[in-house]
Amino acid sequence: MTIDLLKDRGTPLDQQRFTWKELVQPPYSKLDDDAFTRVRVILMNGIESESLRFSHACSRMNRDLQLELAKVRRVEQHQQTLVNWLNPPDQNVLETTIGFEQVAIEVTAAIALAEPDPYLAQVYRFGLLEDFDHMYRYSALMDRVEGKDANNLLQSYTDVLPGRPTAVEHRHPADDLRTPYDKRKAALITKLHAATLVAGEFQTHDYYMTVGPTYADPIGRQLYAEIASIEEQHVTQYESICDPTESWLEKWLLHEANEVYNYYSCVESEGNKRIKAIWERFLDYELGHLQHVRALFESIERRDAAEVLDSKLPKPIAYESHREFVRTVLRNEVGLTAMGPAFVPFSQETAESPSVIYRSHMNSEGSPTNLVADGYVWSPGTELATKPPMAGRGSSAALPV
Amino acid sequence: MANHVEIGLNRTGIATSPRLAQEMVEGTREFPPMTNGDERTIGLRRGEYVRESEGLGSVPPPTSLKGMAKTALQGVLGQRPTLMLDKLSERLAFERTGVRLYEALISKLEAAGSFEGGPTREELVEMMQEEYAHYNLLTDVVAKMGGDPTVMTPSADLHATITRGVMEAIVDARTSLAQALEALLVAELADGDAWDSLIELVGEAGGEIELQLFESAAMEEAKHLERVRTWIAASQNRASGELSLGA
Repeated sequence: MTIDLLKDRGTPLDQQRFTWKELVQPPYSKLDDDAFTRVRVILMNGIESESLRFSHACSRMNRDLQLELAKVRRVEQHQQTLVNWLNPPDQNVLETTIGFEQVAIEVTAAIALAEPDPYLAQVYRFGLLEDFDHMYRYSALMDRVEGKDANNLLQSYTDVLPGRPTAVEHRHPADDLRTPYDKRKAALITKLHAATLVAGEFQTHDYYMTVGPTYADPIGRQLYAEIASIEEQHVTQYESICDPTESWLEKWLLHEANEVYNYYSCVESEGNKRIKAIWERFLDYELGHLQHVRALFESIERRDAAEVLDSKLPKPIAYESHREFVRTVLRNEVGLTAMGPAFVPFSQETAESPSVIYRSHMNSEGSPTNLVADGYVWSPGTELATKPPMAGRGSSAALPV
Repeated sequence: MANHVEIGLNRTGIATSPRLAQEMVEGTREFPPMTNGDERTIGLRRGEYVRESEGLGSVPPPTSLKGMAKTALQGVLGQRPTLMLDKLSERLAFERTGVRLYEALISKLEAAGSFEGGPTREELVEMMQEEYAHYNLLTDVVAKMGGDPTVMTPSADLHATITRGVMEAIVDARTSLAQALEALLVAELADGDAWDSLIELVGEAGGEIELQLFESAAMEEAKHLERVRTWIAASQNRASGELSLGA
């Protein structure tokens, strides 16, 4: 399938409508569908969530755009509903969390590989190793509290291994801001990559902040609290790589182009025919939104949309396992931290570094991510498949604190 | 919807992709954990919070102190009025939810039909009405004792949490009637034990009238349990449901 961002009309905005029954469709199967179907559903929920978030922010700052924003936003609201409601009810909070981290790992890896800007590719690799570690910590929680194997969700596509330890990911805000791309020089794909990861990480943050307190075990509640904090740092990081001098309408245009790109990527890779039809329908809807916003952009800003958009869409996001790439990044870059917008070895930090001071205090009563995964080695069928429960060897109260 | 499961494309096990699974296991050797502890560390942190816990909440005082004094004289609340009100409210809430569970089962049966040896609509309706009668009975008893029948006590909250999965399994459109009955079995097993406990509490307190009513309700619940066991056995083509807990 080829898409022309400047010519394809898609479904006109006034023909985009739903019924309540349509919004709530049969979910995918947690057991039988491919893990990447779940990955796509979770990411596209994030993409739609970001479209609403951006639209509201834009509306607050632009009185004249409020009606047009509201018209498009109504459709995006229902697109998000339909997509998010594809998640099945037998997929509990932690299982969905494993899905979120699989998104963060595999989609970030795909983007890091495809990114033409070497600095931004490093930004993505940097974030990748942190989300990679979150997968390990949540998998330990699932194994050690619920007695379940995260690989039931991952389907062996994604490793469960320690990455850059979450306990050392805590940084001062000044070390989370990066250097933005230049809107005049950056390739379209660079802008789409950034927009995709802002959306994905923002939704991950919001999800953890919503479900974290619903987790019963204290260590789970703590784990969500600690990792949600890193997701907030990631939103800060990815948000900062977008050129802040883009106009509101330019950003809106890019948001719509990114939605087209993401639905197109889903269409190109989806194996579930029923869900693929949803991606196709929404690809047409987004092309309709893009043309609607393009008309606004050209009439209000008196600029040609071709200044911002390319006719041809970039290659779709690769929804596949990136195991070898991730391991290579792990071998080479796990020892990096951030100092301002630059990436440096941890050895360059000193006791006076703002991030060290911040991190030391946050971790001073223990890091939940360390506690939950103390000595954890993933094994098929959980660690109980390889060793007996350790409480049989003495009380936890006897352990050194 | 079929009441038996079929061979299909389940992808959750490592046998789906032996090569990928092997790669995952090999990775754990190259990238070992950074510490040498084990899951007992979770117990340590859990213990800290257990010690700091403030509990689920409390039982409110009776709405009528006069009523409480009167009933105390009658001995219905016994020596442990707070415990009694907590447990009565727990059963009240459980039976109320039970009505809704049976409603969901009835709608599932109406949509997908039953199976050979499975429940009829009439049987489920009868059981729903008995749950409703038990709910009304408990409402009357709680009110009579000066309690507030609308309150959610700690034990009611606890049992709602315990049976949350039961409700989710029954109302999920994708579960078959046979699968939903397995969830119902858990509810009926817990219900039977809870009624037995309640009868002992009321018996110790000397509530003669309540004792008779509760024993009657418990007998109906025992019938529910027996039926559900039989239906589940039928769904699995087992001869009977009698070889089960307590039999």
